[in-house]
Amino acid sequence: MIDVDVTRRIGAFCLRVAFQNSAGITALFGRSGAGKSMTIGLIAGLAHPDEGRIALDARLLVDTKSNVFVPSHKRRIGVVFQDSHLFPHLGVKQNLLFGRWFAPRAERKIDFDAVVETLGIGRLLNRAPALLSGGERQRVAIGRALLSCPRLLLLDEPFAALDLQRRLEILPLIEALRDEFKIPIVYVSHAMEEVARLAARVVVLDEGRVVAEGDPADVLRPAVSEDPRFGGASVLTMHVGKRDTAYGLTALAHPAGTIWLAGPAGAEGQRVRILVKATDVTLSAAPPHGLSVQSMLRGTLAAIETAGPLALVEIALAGEGRLAALATRRAIDELALHPGDPVFALIKTAALDERAVGGAG
Amino acid sequence: MADFLSPAEWAAVFLSLRVAIVATLASLPFGVFAAYALARWHFPGKTLLAALLYLPLVLPPVVTGYVLLIAFGRRGIFGAVLADLGIVLSFHWTGAALACAVMGFPLMVRAMRLSFEATDPRLVEAAGTLGANPIVGFFLVSLPLALPGIIAGATLAFARALGEFGATITFVANIPGETQTIASAIYTFIQVPGGDAAALRLTLVSIVIALAAVIASEIIQRQGEKRLARSA
Repeated sequence: MIDVDVTRRIGAFCLRVAFQNSAGITALFGRSGAGKSMTIGLIAGLAHPDEGRIALDARLLVDTKSNVFVPSHKRRIGVVFQDSHLFPHLGVKQNLLFGRWFAPRAERKIDFDAVVETLGIGRLLNRAPALLSGGERQRVAIGRALLSCPRLLLLDEPFAALDLQRRLEILPLIEALRDEFKIPIVYVSHAMEEVARLAARVVVLDEGRVVAEGDPADVLRPAVSEDPRFGGASVLTMHVGKRDTAYGLTALAHPAGTIWLAGPAGAEGQRVRILVKATDVTLSAAPPHGLSVQSMLRGTLAAIETAGPLALVEIALAGEGRLAALATRRAIDELALHPGDPVFALIKTAALDERAVGGAG
Repeated sequence: MADFLSPAEWAAVFLSLRVAIVATLASLPFGVFAAYALARWHFPGKTLLAALLYLPLVLPPVVTGYVLLIAFGRRGIFGAVLADLGIVLSFHWTGAALACAVMGFPLMVRAMRLSFEATDPRLVEAAGTLGANPIVGFFLVSLPLALPGIIAGATLAFARALGEFGATITFVANIPGETQTIASAIYTFIQVPGGDAAALRLTLVSIVIALAAVIASEIIQRQGEKRLARSA
């Protein structure tokens, strides 16, 4: 477990963060410039904090009070950078094996073949890094960090430069890593879908401060204070239901109703998390008829927050969970909705893709 | 072939080669270190150090040679100490090598420094996070990536050493068989009546050596760049 409590100033920017990770994947979430990468640099030992301490498991890595600073090569923390930083003069295989030589023999637990197999990079081993695509390069970089057998893996927006399709391919790999190699991961991202899907715990950074931390379903709740059209979303925990193979749809069941997802979503009965953007939710005061929308969840209106012409409506779903919906203030007034009223939340299936779905492990 | 040059001329050719090779190889580790320090480290007095290293490039060679004579001559500041240790530099071929090394050093460091500056320091950081300490990271990452520039720098220094005249003749004079390099031999032959043929022969030899050195370095460098271009 990594325990961070550090301060670092650069010019006018002041980073002051304190958090701990949990088993599995911990997400550092926030917009660009929030201090996420700086935090990663401090944990990895690439920068000195002005004040504070960092400990990994029982080992003190940094403590400004007692003048402790373990250099990065002795920390045994693997880092995957935004651009892969593969060694251009070495082949893929030498890149992968680079860190292995420096790991103590007793700790070389991670098997080369298993990593190559999981990441699907077997056919790349004899290539030069320059001949790889962006997605391939990041997979090799992940493999290289893993094979140094680190005690903690830091992923600093590793897929920021990849297009949507490549991300869809790589996200399941991160889940496979989490499940297969049992290394705690700190995952930096500003993409809410990725965080909702991967993380067991989220630490939200804003302007150098931790503004929220906890379970993704609690933390990723939108606030009306920042413009809810961007980033406003809810995370729901559901069960995979039966598939409609003729139409290629999968039912996700919840006590409040069923959501139909375009595409597959894991085995039947599996618990999954799904991210629903507030802008993709439509409200109805009565059960609707004659609409193309087929995903409907029942609940009661819990709260209304207004911001200018917009209103962010929070619905307490039947069973458990909360769902945020964004509407205009006039629509809410014309529906005459008040806290406590029953409401029906309609979700457009076409707005949901499998990227929004992750195992709720 | 051996008849092409007289024994005295051959002696000058071999001496030149020996002086240039020793000067290049001996200054190589210092050159790499200085280039890396100037490219990567920040320390007080860095600008002054860089200026001192580059000084022989802009000073008249005779001045450099005279400074060497003052410092490393038998009664010089360092020369006296070295003489006690049995190391004699003045009027000795090793002194010629020192003069050539000093004259070639700025060229060597300049090429290497540019090469180190062009390598991405984040690659060394990445090596660090993989467990490589800074020294290992230097030898496994920085040095191989800067290799084309290191070869270029060494070639420049070698070529400079072959052509060095002013500092050498000032510091170690022009003693046939001991300190008479191709350059000083040509100078001597031009001074004596009827020496034109010998001067011309040595001129041809020095053109051949210089061409061979530059072509060899071009080939090595192109291969290195090709290897990196595949990956950059």
